[in-house]
Amino acid sequence: MSEELYEDAIVALARAAHGAGKPAGEGNSATIDNPLCGDRVTVEVTLADGRIKALSHNVKGCLLCKASASMLGLHAPGASRDAIAANAAALDAMLKTGDAPAYGSWPELALFLPVSRHKSRFDCVRLPLQAAAKALGETP
Amino acid sequence: MRFDPDKLRSEFPILSTHPGGRPLHYLDNAATAQLPRAVLDAVSRHETESRANVARGVHILAERASMAYEDARGAMARYLNAASPDEIAFTQGTTAAINIAAQGLGAGFKPGDEVVLSELEHHSNIVPWQLLRDRTGIVLRVLPVTDDGRIDLSALDRVLTKRCKLVALAHASNVTGAVTDVARVVEAARAVGARVLLDGAQAVPHGPIDVQALGIDLYALSGHKMFAPNGIGVLWGRQEVLAQMPPVFGGGGMIRHVTFDATTYADPPKRFEPGTPPIAQAVGLGAAARWIEALDRESVVAHELRLTGRMLNGLAGIAGTRIIGPTGLQARRGVVSFALEGVHPHDLCQWVNDRFGVALRGGHHCAEPLMRRFGLDGTSRASLAPYNTDADIDALLEGVADARRHLA
Repeated sequence: MSEELYEDAIVALARAAHGAGKPAGEGNSATIDNPLCGDRVTVEVTLADGRIKALSHNVKGCLLCKASASMLGLHAPGASRDAIAANAAALDAMLKTGDAPAYGSWPELALFLPVSRHKSRFDCVRLPLQAAAKALGETP
Repeated sequence: MRFDPDKLRSEFPILSTHPGGRPLHYLDNAATAQLPRAVLDAVSRHETESRANVARGVHILAERASMAYEDARGAMARYLNAASPDEIAFTQGTTAAINIAAQGLGAGFKPGDEVVLSELEHHSNIVPWQLLRDRTGIVLRVLPVTDDGRIDLSALDRVLTKRCKLVALAHASNVTGAVTDVARVVEAARAVGARVLLDGAQAVPHGPIDVQALGIDLYALSGHKMFAPNGIGVLWGRQEVLAQMPPVFGGGGMIRHVTFDATTYADPPKRFEPGTPPIAQAVGLGAAARWIEALDRESVVAHELRLTGRMLNGLAGIAGTRIIGPTGLQARRGVVSFALEGVHPHDLCQWVNDRFGVALRGGHHCAEPLMRRFGLDGTSRASLAPYNTDADIDALLEGVADARRHLA
């Protein structure tokens, strides 16, 4: 139900907009579109010593997409590539199975559990992490 | 007999269901309309008693299937007031119909010939012409859209040139609900010797069309928007126009003779119906046409207009809403698109569905150029059918106001 899908914590996460901002062009960036709804996410990352030094994102999308990007912006600084990939995998598994996210995942991931009952909204949540993975993949 | 929307509603089994545990307020009719019992029964009866391939067998079921299929063609000819059933080619839908028209007519176009579209077209009436352009070198010209979401016909004189071979426009917009002034388009097109194709997907559900009175050359429509099954549509064309069009798809049923050296083709409409057609779907389309024809047209139009006005007034009373399209009732259908400041269309649609049982459509509605025209990424859209009631509109308005309180 929407009360769960849009519970206060997820609305607050979207409004907090951790890491939101236009890419400064200092790192590697990647943009991913969802052609079905027209949403677009751009993520820019800079790395130092194999870890993410800074991440910013620009989201043109729904509240779920903004909340997901905010979660990314909150946890990405200081995280390794592997951590981003692991959380992206945990998100995919949670959406697919409807089970709680894997132990050790970002705590906010669980806020998106109700999305597992709305297949048409999966990509709204996935888009920021996919953009981050693409940006990281392009980072030497 | 007085039109009674509640009685009409009872003819649609799905409308009494409770998806998600709430009464269904179905306002996504511009995407797909629901099926009345008359259509469900016609399809079921056909599949139960007459299922066979058409125009091939001589056994009783094959005869029945062939008769039912051609009977559906006749029903659609009457619905469109076509000069002959031979002007009705069954397709998979509007998209397929326009693609067939583009490839068929396009075979006679030369580089530099022009096709005129408008800024409010559905992608189905843009992309087929772009594919043709990329292959043949034709030029696409675009009529702009006014601030109230209508095709700006004052630009006809500027946009239509002597190189124009075809004007292809929506009869009614799937986003703004605006109805195109076809007489004015036809007059301008004839003045430069161009033909006219109408995308009728959003016009046909609202009552029979008189293609002869419209004075056009080609008309495309979908069954699933006019209370018929998915996977069936019509390309209507004047006989002399269809006769000039080569086939687009090859296969069985569309030929006269086949040898390895040369093949000759059947006359229209069979020329455009290769392979086994969607027979039960066509039967359903014929039944839907008869069902619409039996409605009290005047009362239905008045009912839908009244609900449209109630919706427009109600949305205008909710702070932060912006109507994309005509805000009056003249020359418009019950398709109302709107933006709610600070709330993404998908969040709004999800909210009103999950909390109020209202089925809307959110997004760019396959009309990205129109979204750009209005500086939007998408809108929320409510669209009416005769079975909608005041309760549906009230649920919508309550839901939008609630979404604004929680999400904006």
